[in-house]
Amino acid sequence: MEGSHAIAEAAIQAGCRFYAGYPITPSTEILEYMSHRLPQVGGVCMNAESEIEAINMVWGAAGCGVRAMIASTGQGISLMQESLAELANAQLPCVVVNMMRGQGDYFQATRGGGHGDYRHIVLAPSTVQEAVELVMLAFYLADKWRNPVDVLGDFLLGHTSEAVDFPSRDETDLPPKTWAATGARGRASHNVTPLGSPEKLNLDPGSHYAHIAAKLPRIAAAEKRCETGLLDDAEVAVVAFGSPARFVKYAVHVCREQGMKVGWVRPISLWPFPSEAVAEAAGCVRALAVFEQNAGQMIDDVRLAVLGTVPVVPIGGISHDHSGFGVGPALEPASIIARITEVYGDRVAA
Amino acid sequence: MSTPPETLHKVSAKPDLLLSTQHSLCPGCGEPLAMRSILELITELGLRDRTICVCGIGCYTAFPGIIDVDVLQALHGRAPSVATGAKRVLPDNFVFTLQGDGDMVSEGLQEIIHSAARGEKFTAVLLNNGVFGETGGHMTTTTVLGQKTKTTMETGRLAERHGYPIKIADLLAQVDGTAYVARGAMHTPAAIKWTKRILREAFEVQLAGKGFSFVEILTMCPTDWFVEPSETPDWVETNFTGTYPLGILKTP
Amino acid sequence: MARQPATVTVDVETCKGCVLCVEVCPPRVLVMSEDTNRMGYRYPLLLDGCTGCELCYKICPDFCFEVYRGARETAA
Repeated sequence: MEGSHAIAEAAIQAGCRFYAGYPITPSTEILEYMSHRLPQVGGVCMNAESEIEAINMVWGAAGCGVRAMIASTGQGISLMQESLAELANAQLPCVVVNMMRGQGDYFQATRGGGHGDYRHIVLAPSTVQEAVELVMLAFYLADKWRNPVDVLGDFLLGHTSEAVDFPSRDETDLPPKTWAATGARGRASHNVTPLGSPEKLNLDPGSHYAHIAAKLPRIAAAEKRCETGLLDDAEVAVVAFGSPARFVKYAVHVCREQGMKVGWVRPISLWPFPSEAVAEAAGCVRALAVFEQNAGQMIDDVRLAVLGTVPVVPIGGISHDHSGFGVGPALEPASIIARITEVYGDRVAA
Repeated sequence: MSTPPETLHKVSAKPDLLLSTQHSLCPGCGEPLAMRSILELITELGLRDRTICVCGIGCYTAFPGIIDVDVLQALHGRAPSVATGAKRVLPDNFVFTLQGDGDMVSEGLQEIIHSAARGEKFTAVLLNNGVFGETGGHMTTTTVLGQKTKTTMETGRLAERHGYPIKIADLLAQVDGTAYVARGAMHTPAAIKWTKRILREAFEVQLAGKGFSFVEILTMCPTDWFVEPSETPDWVETNFTGTYPLGILKTP
Repeated sequence: MARQPATVTVDVETCKGCVLCVEVCPPRVLVMSEDTNRMGYRYPLLLDGCTGCELCYKICPDFCFEVYRGARETAA
């Protein structure tokens, strides 16, 4: 399946029954797929009139206890920021897919482009199969933590076709959504609100934001994900996320064939960032090279993780094709190999 | 006051669905009066167990904490989209938005028009007092010409400088997806009675699945109209109903 | 003419002194107190002659009124 379609189907397999979106490249195929497929399973797909309306339709569906998703690209996510921040304050589960143009939305996703002290869990797949698994995981984590979860794809992932499986998940540990606004049949009524507690007569907004922020260290402790390779004797490790990490892995293997002792570190959760795994890799090597298709965003988290113990060298950069969609010449394996070689030559004694 | 004699029976009291009479709205505010009619209707129509109120941001944001129905609190302007999501996934529920004029007609103009055009099957309720009350009384899209607000104090609203108000009920009556549009007010007992009637009709349009229903309710705001509460009924008649006359603008 | 006994009670401490009830009462049997409640507002006092028409209850934004009525008395 094409990546965008696989992402959409993965959501449906995970029980997503509401999607709202606005056509924007390179996420549009997800909206298209959902408009055909969701009605087949009794779900609702809204081709909304704006991104702000779309994310608030997701808010309504999620507030009623239905698994809901939205996909866009960076510019659309920018438009949604107030809602993305307040969805966290309202403790509403939902999945937000950003099909990036390049990798320049790392800060937007991990620092939060909205206001206040919130975070979304951010997952970055590298292959279409992994995108399927992480989208399904995203719905589970969103319900588990009652927090939005972002999945960062990109133009390349969206338009790459692979054979995929949709594995089933055991979600029996998830509690029922008794907090949802479903109509107060046979129970006390309650609120689903970003402004305070759900109780009537005692919203207590003053305590609410600290209460929400207290969740963040617990999420951070539990949800770090990372993959590493060829680190045992590595002198240099390359850190990369998303689909460019596939190209980096290939380049690292070629470097190995040429006799360089190079390894790789691939963060899968970007928030919480797998600092411990990166620090551990730093403990073995003489330098970390960071390959990302932006002007330097994840590199800040790498630097924070290693706290100066090893040099951290950027080897990526903004790189687009002629239309501006991030499948640029920096992804050429020869180019990556050359940059790794340069770092290796500088940092490792002959 | 002393307890009434046992020969008399109680005929009126606060609505069953009102959990507390303690709220922070100003003396003479018309919004609690609208809330009273809505809560009475929800009880009369037996809707409490399946009602979802989607509340906007304004002075009336005080209500979700004291009304005995499930509430989805939305961001400023966004209630129509939240209501769309809620009604589409739980269509058997009774869904209504509660929004002020700043929320619905300023910030959220796009949302209400699109929801109406799509014929979304919820009821939108507009509490129109011609000001942004909660933030202190500034001009909104429904402030009438000549009206003094915190941002039009010297001259009142001037068409030349501040533009014209938008008559949202009239606009929505033109939109094909809209099934029912009516305007009421809370400034006199007769207006309150009229408004309860049109609210009932709007609710019944939703219950019959006939499409988007809309009720605008002119509410008194003595604080930001800079008058005594007792002067607000005249203020509504003199300054407001000329632009926003009471009536039914569209039926299915 | 048949007259129906009626009265209202007022939650004095909740009243915010807006005076809308006084203005709306048809037999004009509500007057504002000289005293103030804990919030500092004057509140309505009931004179004789209440007809139980419920307009005070309907116009009060603070839900202060409860209205009571009895059986109609026939004229003597």
